Amino acid sequence: MRALKLLALLPLAAALGGCDYVVLAPAGDIAAQQRDLVVISTVLMLLIVVPVMALTALFAWRYRQSNTSATYQPDWDHSTQLELVIWSAPLLIIICLGALTWMGTHLLDPYRSLGRIATDRPIEPSVAPLNVEVVALDWKWLFIYPDYGVATVNEFAAPVDRPIRFRITASSVMNSFYIPALAGQIYAMPGMETKLHAVANKVGTFKGFSANYSGAGFSGMHFAFKSLSPSDFDGWIAANKVEGHMLGRSDYLQLERPSSNEPVRHYASVDRDLYKAIVNMCVEPGKMCMSEMMAIDAKGGLGREGLNNTLPLTYDKYARRGAPFGPEPTVLAGICSIDELKDQPSHEVTAPADMTPLRGVGLKRPPFSPANPSSTSFLLGLRPKSES
Amino acid sequence: MFDNPALIKAIFGRLTIESLPLHEPIVVGTFAVVALGGVALLGAVTYFRLWSYLWREWFTTVDHKRIGIMYMILGIVMLLRGFADAVMMRLQQAIAFNGSEGYLNAHHYDQIFTAHGVIMIFFVAMPLVTGLMNYVVPLQIGARDVSFPFLNNFSFWMTVGGAVLVMMSLFIGEFARTGWLAYPPLSNLGYSPDVGVDYYIWALQVAGVGTTLSGINLICTIVKLRAPGMTMMKMPVFTWTSLCTNILIVASFPVLTVVLALLALDRYVGTNFFTNDFGGNPMMYVNLIWIWGHPEVYILVLPAFGIFSEVTSTFSGKRLFGYTSMVYATVVITILSYLVWLHHFFTMGSGASVNSFFGITTMIISIPTGAKMFNWLFTMYRGRIRYELPMMWTIAFMLTFVIGGMTGVLLAVPPADFVLHNSLFLVAHFHNVIIGGVLFGLFAGIGYWFPKAFGFRLDPFWGKLSFWFWVSGFYLAFMPLYVLGLMGVTRRLRVFDDPSLQIWFVIAGIGAFLILLGIMSMLVQFAVSILRREELRDVTGDPWNARTLEWATSSPPPDYNFAFTPVVYDNDAWWDMKRRGYSRPLTGFKPIHMPSNTGTGVILAGLSTAMAFGLIWYIWWLAALSFVALLAVAIGHTFNYHRDYDIPADDVVRVEDARTRLLAAGARS
Repeated sequence: MRALKLLALLPLAAALGGCDYVVLAPAGDIAAQQRDLVVISTVLMLLIVVPVMALTALFAWRYRQSNTSATYQPDWDHSTQLELVIWSAPLLIIICLGALTWMGTHLLDPYRSLGRIATDRPIEPSVAPLNVEVVALDWKWLFIYPDYGVATVNEFAAPVDRPIRFRITASSVMNSFYIPALAGQIYAMPGMETKLHAVANKVGTFKGFSANYSGAGFSGMHFAFKSLSPSDFDGWIAANKVEGHMLGRSDYLQLERPSSNEPVRHYASVDRDLYKAIVNMCVEPGKMCMSEMMAIDAKGGLGREGLNNTLPLTYDKYARRGAPFGPEPTVLAGICSIDELKDQPSHEVTAPADMTPLRGVGLKRPPFSPANPSSTSFLLGLRPKSES
Repeated sequence: MFDNPALIKAIFGRLTIESLPLHEPIVVGTFAVVALGGVALLGAVTYFRLWSYLWREWFTTVDHKRIGIMYMILGIVMLLRGFADAVMMRLQQAIAFNGSEGYLNAHHYDQIFTAHGVIMIFFVAMPLVTGLMNYVVPLQIGARDVSFPFLNNFSFWMTVGGAVLVMMSLFIGEFARTGWLAYPPLSNLGYSPDVGVDYYIWALQVAGVGTTLSGINLICTIVKLRAPGMTMMKMPVFTWTSLCTNILIVASFPVLTVVLALLALDRYVGTNFFTNDFGGNPMMYVNLIWIWGHPEVYILVLPAFGIFSEVTSTFSGKRLFGYTSMVYATVVITILSYLVWLHHFFTMGSGASVNSFFGITTMIISIPTGAKMFNWLFTMYRGRIRYELPMMWTIAFMLTFVIGGMTGVLLAVPPADFVLHNSLFLVAHFHNVIIGGVLFGLFAGIGYWFPKAFGFRLDPFWGKLSFWFWVSGFYLAFMPLYVLGLMGVTRRLRVFDDPSLQIWFVIAGIGAFLILLGIMSMLVQFAVSILRREELRDVTGDPWNARTLEWATSSPPPDYNFAFTPVVYDNDAWWDMKRRGYSRPLTGFKPIHMPSNTGTGVILAGLSTAMAFGLIWYIWWLAALSFVALLAVAIGHTFNYHRDYDIPADDVVRVEDARTRLLAAGARS
């Protein structure tokens, strides 16, 4: 049995050199810290798992029926000392692991801005983070660079050692935005926005993809992440401006229709409010934005008259049919124009400059209370909110 | 008449000839095989004139033992279907490299992984667990049947109804293409307009009624029908874990029912609970379904823990170490299992405090689980371990489950989960605990209690063959998935573009093939055991020199289980009786009051299934008609006054005398 297990683990050990263990050898500081947590937790647990497995093998062999020289105590069924040990040993491990979890989770909160670029490199105050707006479409990825006014499909580039601030949403169904070499994943959900902070420390091309099944074209829903030197990144932006087309609202409505295995596309310019409209689900002309709806509702709503404020649904990504016993599908008619939408102050956790590694006594205590408690619904555990 | 489309639509709903997947050669081939097999089976039943026997003795039975056996058969049959899905996935993932699309298109592949998950959890693991509890619990507590025997029969047939709907979706229409939990918005009408998700909803709703009722039934049985002297802290550990499991079922399945009902409302009447628009919130669905989903994991694994406790203690020839702490560990796990659901979606954007809370509660569960592991370990310590098959499964479990437990706690660390969530590492983890924990436990339980149910043991040679194929196959199939997860490979992918990954999928495919050999050896084991049943016969009723009450009666037990209700003085009741020189009463038998068989359960479940079929295909007249019939039959059944009968004392005397002669013959030889 033991031999069999070792045999089964052998390829695991042998292969550790050969393949690309991107989770264990990432190219970004956040992913590296997450990797450290994986390793530390595993080692902590091995402290108890290895003895248990060894004891199992030992007892299974020693107390086999044919070994009559072993002690046999058929009525021995209790020992207070032993009970204390078997409950407290896992407890001690879990106390250590729990403390590590509490701190690690707060320090590596994807909503928390970065405190450092790498283990020994502080953030330079002069470097502004790169803002990237990510939209998961059926079944491709749209990246908008609001600072540069360009956009791409299925290709994402960022300069090395510059913090990246992702704002992530989706057009129709749930996806998960994941670049293993850069940082852990976070869901991309329609009508909501999630955030992620990360930084790449190595130049290279890495894989990014959706990590949450989203339908027929899911397998082809991946993109290249190009981690470029700052000068190469400037060149990449410039090239984007030259060769690309324009991405307006109507182009977006074409783009978001379901399609698989899309090639890379570059857009030289983007509608300024496109991302805001996507999050508020009002790219279609005439549709009421969610933020507007919420603003109206916050003031008491439109009352019964609001029922009349609908338009028949003329467009949908799929040939949507109404529910058999439901009303005809409708959309709410917009009252304001999108330009009137204001950015809400976003819920961001700001990190102090922080050089300590994710372990040991040097660990800085995380802020224990959420920055804005009213923004967190405990029961749902939710934070994503659309902007208004 | 039939050229009127409105009429056709009124009669057939959205069921058309195009709904049959005639364009999918794989499905057509499968259908041909299933149809041939089905016709052969039905033909054989008719030829041997078994219909009336089956109806009288099995389909309408209210005997918990027969219902338990039928649950096991259902689970094993569905295991073949669920495993066929697994093999197809493994094959697809092993060949879809270097530009190859594999042999499955997205439409088919996406149904397969959804069906695999749904079938393995709801129609393999659940029936096998429920079947063992049904068979063993009343015997273990010295009862004659469960509290509500008719309800038990009805529960079983509702489970069958759900399974029938899932199987039907293979040949009529399609199954869901959403993943096994059918997250909206993908499962909303807008993105899954076809019948797949409706099959999913109604199959689970129909089966869910059965599961919930069976949970209520077993709780009542354990609480009310224990033999005199069996206080709570003298209950066998398997009964304890069954009690906790059924409490979990009763507390969590209603959540599943409600969340699926809300999804059905979204799909049928155009509400907006989980839609993107009009204030719907898909995240609410994810929360609710996991509030059911996490306890479900413990619903499956707790009975397995109970089986391991019985097996370890029996085959080590030793009292279970730390009975009290075992019981408390079970209860603690039961309670904590409701406080961890959010760990299934740390990546949905919850705040750090919420994520850490659920991460830490998850880790805390590993403390009682670890304590259980040590308790089994110290039960073996200073024992005399007999390596019969159930004990082999137990050792394999102990070595395998700690790996799965470790990776589980690792996934409970939110930042670690961010890099491993939804990856093949996760897939490897939950197969590691479900195969290494639940399935190994069920196999141990089947090997352990088979002689009780049928009066002869299972053939050890084929059993050991199956054991080694399963264990080696498991490691070969799932260790590569851990590796792939660390390489950042996510789950549910159909094609791959990185050729360096292929070798791992090929190894996993070989592992799946070994498991296939394991399943086949197991089927051969059943066949060989039946053929060799005279050699493997056990007349004592206690082939393992075991410790709990079910071994006090004959194998198979008589309809009434115990001629006289035993009196319990110790948590190893039978061991205690044997040690104190218990002698079987040979005289003084009285008539025994027993419940009568009834066909109402079959009819109600059949009508429910028909109603579900009508709802799935928008055949409204069928749905309405079956609903009305359902009510009529249910009300009609309350006027059935032939609910019980007495086994005459003479019959009891005859059965008990036969056993006396057998025991005497066994003692002489």
